[in-house]
This record gives sequence, C-alpha cells and structure tokens, in this order.
Amino acid sequence: MMSIHLQREIDSLKKKLLALSALVEEQLRRAVMSVQTRDDLLAGKVIDGDVEIDHREVEVEEDCLKILALHQPVAVDLRLIVAVLKINNDLERIGDLAVNIAERSAYLAERRECEVPAELSDMVEKAQLMLQNSLNALVNADPALAHKVCSDDDEVDDINRTIYEQIKADIRDGVNDLDSMIHLLGIARHIERIADLATNIAEDVIYMVDGEIVRHRTEDYRDGKR
Amino acid sequence: MVDNPREPGEFHRKVHVANMDFYYGATQALFDVSLDIPAQQVTAFIGPSGCGKSTFLRTLNRMNDIIPGTRVTGDVLIDDEDIYAGGVDVVMLRKRVGMVFQKSNPFPKSIRDNVAYGPRIHGLRDKVELDEIVEKSLVRAALWDEVKDRLDDSALDLSGGQQQRLCIARAVAIDPEILLMDEPASALDPKSTTRIENLIDELREDYTIVIVTHNMQQAARVSDYTAFFYEGRLIEFGSTKQVFTMPNEKQTEDYITGRFG
Repeated sequence: MMSIHLQREIDSLKKKLLALSALVEEQLRRAVMSVQTRDDLLAGKVIDGDVEIDHREVEVEEDCLKILALHQPVAVDLRLIVAVLKINNDLERIGDLAVNIAERSAYLAERRECEVPAELSDMVEKAQLMLQNSLNALVNADPALAHKVCSDDDEVDDINRTIYEQIKADIRDGVNDLDSMIHLLGIARHIERIADLATNIAEDVIYMVDGEIVRHRTEDYRDGKR
Repeated sequence: MVDNPREPGEFHRKVHVANMDFYYGATQALFDVSLDIPAQQVTAFIGPSGCGKSTFLRTLNRMNDIIPGTRVTGDVLIDDEDIYAGGVDVVMLRKRVGMVFQKSNPFPKSIRDNVAYGPRIHGLRDKVELDEIVEKSLVRAALWDEVKDRLDDSALDLSGGQQQRLCIARAVAIDPEILLMDEPASALDPKSTTRIENLIDELREDYTIVIVTHNMQQAARVSDYTAFFYEGRLIEFGSTKQVFTMPNEKQTEDYITGRFG
C-alpha cells in the first residue's frame, strides 16, 4: 500500500501541472489569433495573462521540492517529480514566448498592409498540435505519442527555414516595411522555439515512462526507434 | 550517456552463489538464489520482513549452521572456494567473513579487550602487536579519538552508537575480507546512523561489505549494488542507481515506492 500522504501530494501536483498546461495552451492560442486577426486588444490580454502562469509555475516547483524533501520518492515516483519539474519550466517558457508573440502582434496590428506569410499558419498549427500531443502523452503516459512529437519537430524546423528564406528574399527585393518583416521573422522563431519546448516535454514524458534519457539523440527518435 | 563502470557484470566478484535453496527444518526459506557479490563494494539486501535477506546474509559465513535443522543446497563460493565443502574450518571462514549485528553486543569487558578478543582467539599474544591492532581497528571504526584515553573502561559504558562502532572495530580487528552487517544502524539515532554510514563508505576501500537494511534510503545512500528479496526469492539485483531510479521488476518498484510491503 502506497503512503496516502505521497499519493495525495502527487495527485494534487498532477492537477496543478495540468491546470498550468491548459492555461499555457490558451495563452498560445490567443497570441497566435491576435497575429492572424491583428487584434491588439487580445494581444494585450495575453501579455497581462503571463503573471498568472508565473505564479503557478512557482507553486508547482515549490510542491515538487516539498515532495522531494518530505517523501524522498524513488523509481517511478522520482521520475515523475523530476519530469514535472522540467515540464513546469518548459511550460513557463512557452508562456513567455506567447507573450513575445503577442508583443510583436501588437506592433503588427498597427501595420495592416504587411502580409502574414501563408506558411506561418501552417507552422503555428503544427506547433500547437505538438504541444497538445506532448501534454496528452504526459496525461496518458504515452511514450509512442511522445516519440511522434519529437519527430514532428523537423517539419516545424523546415517551415521556419522556408519563412526565413522568403522574408530574406522580400527584404532583398526592397519591401518598404522592414520593421514588420523583422517582427514576422521573430514570430516564426518564437513558434519554432515553442515546438522545441514541446519536444522537451515529450522527451521528459519518455524519461518518466521508460526511464530513458533520449535528449541529444535525434537520430534515434527520428524513426520512432529507441 | 557514459556507461557506469559499476554496472553488474563488470565487477570483480568476491562471492558467487548459485542455485541456493535454504531450509529451516521442513520450511524452505530461500528458493534458487543465484547472486554474485562484487569485491570491495557495498551491496545492500532489501525486502520486507521474512523475505529471506538476513537468512541469505548468514549463509555467507555459515552462521545458520548453529541453528539446528537448517540445510543449504547449491553453491556458495568465496574467491572460488566452496565454503560448504567438507573440511572447511568454520572458525577460519568467520575470520574471513566478519559480522556486525543489529543490536550491538560488546562483551562485558574493557574496550581494549573487546577489540583484542578476536586476534587473541586466533593465537596472537604479543602485547605490542595487540595494542597496535586495537588502535588501528578503533581508528578504522572511527572510535579511536573518543576512547583512546579510556581503553580500560568497560565497553558497556559506551553509548549505543559507540558500542556499535566498537563491534565494527572488533570485526575488523581480525582483518576479514568480507564484512556482513545485519541492520547495523536500526537501533541508533540519526547522528550515530550517519557516523555508521560514513564509516561504511570508508571501509569499502578495504572490505567487501554486505548490509541488510530495512531503511531503503540507507540502502540508496550507502550501497553500490542492491539486491531485492521477496518471499525467499531474489527478485532483482543491480546497481543501486539503476534499482532506485529504474528498477527492472514491477515487484521491486512496488516495494521501494511503498506500494506494498
């Protein structure tokens, strides 16, 4: 029989992490929408919403430290706490990147003539799906889904490169709104980073379930191998 | 990832046990246990009460022989010598394989005589040499500084933690190769426990140490390898790091995470 004290702490920790992840997903969704609809009001809401994420991130970390100190978990429980600590950190970073997107979006909202590259929507969709899948992999302890997230990252990287080349070409051709182009490039980079952080979450899920550290081994998980 | 040089299979083995069954009369207490114990490392035996870990420990210096009706089958080799072979001198075996018990059991004699007891039994009479062994053993057991000015006081006047270190000094005085420890710190307060654990860490350089403990965190702290016993069977043996982060067996995981037992 597991200690009811530890079980209670772990249940509560999982709930808090899931609440945080739902909040981060929503922040990202709004930030991206604010770019697509040029809605600076919505962008402002994203920027204001970050305080709540920061607050919750600290709370989850404190709970993890408390569990480590008081219950000294081992094996599956230890791997869970370590994974939660890292995923917590990744989620907070994604929250920050959503704010960065929103800030650039607020700038772009004033310059409606600048066109958003079509590929950006595609990239956003893929990155959001990666984040969603990484969190589903966490909830369902599903390493197969986590491996899929890791391999999907390549597609996002490819789109990022395409957008980069396209914007470079536009700049070379002499567009008149250079600032907007740079902001769009920035947004693409933020989304690419978000996909990377979703990959980190997926890697931590694999560690949590299989006890295997797959980081820095892209050649292995590209084919879904371990 | 860099491979851990202490992974099983790569160590120099001190003890080799193969297919051991053990019986108390008609009751079988150990079932087909096979295990290699690495030299100059600390190996911890863990498992719930009655799992056979202490019984197994005591087979390694034939301490079970003194219990009537016990029977061992299978192989127990120390440095490739069968310790259950006919003609093995059990007293010499126990000189090679020393033991420290849960409850410290100093003799009602002086501190000096407690430590000198073993060497004397083995025929050493030279006072200078005996004094050297007493000092060296007490230093080894991290007790020397506390008792050097009162070696002729009764051992029974020492605190519980000191008595346990005296027993370790007594065990190392006969210069064993293997030290068996059966719950050596379970009756001690946290500070004395830490002293014993630190001592185990220092002793590992010179001895092969096997420790039975109910305290899983203690096993995790002090040992290089961990063996998990359950219902008379060895369920899992591996590096302590592996057993406590990623056990191979579900039963091990359930036990160390407190899900049963």
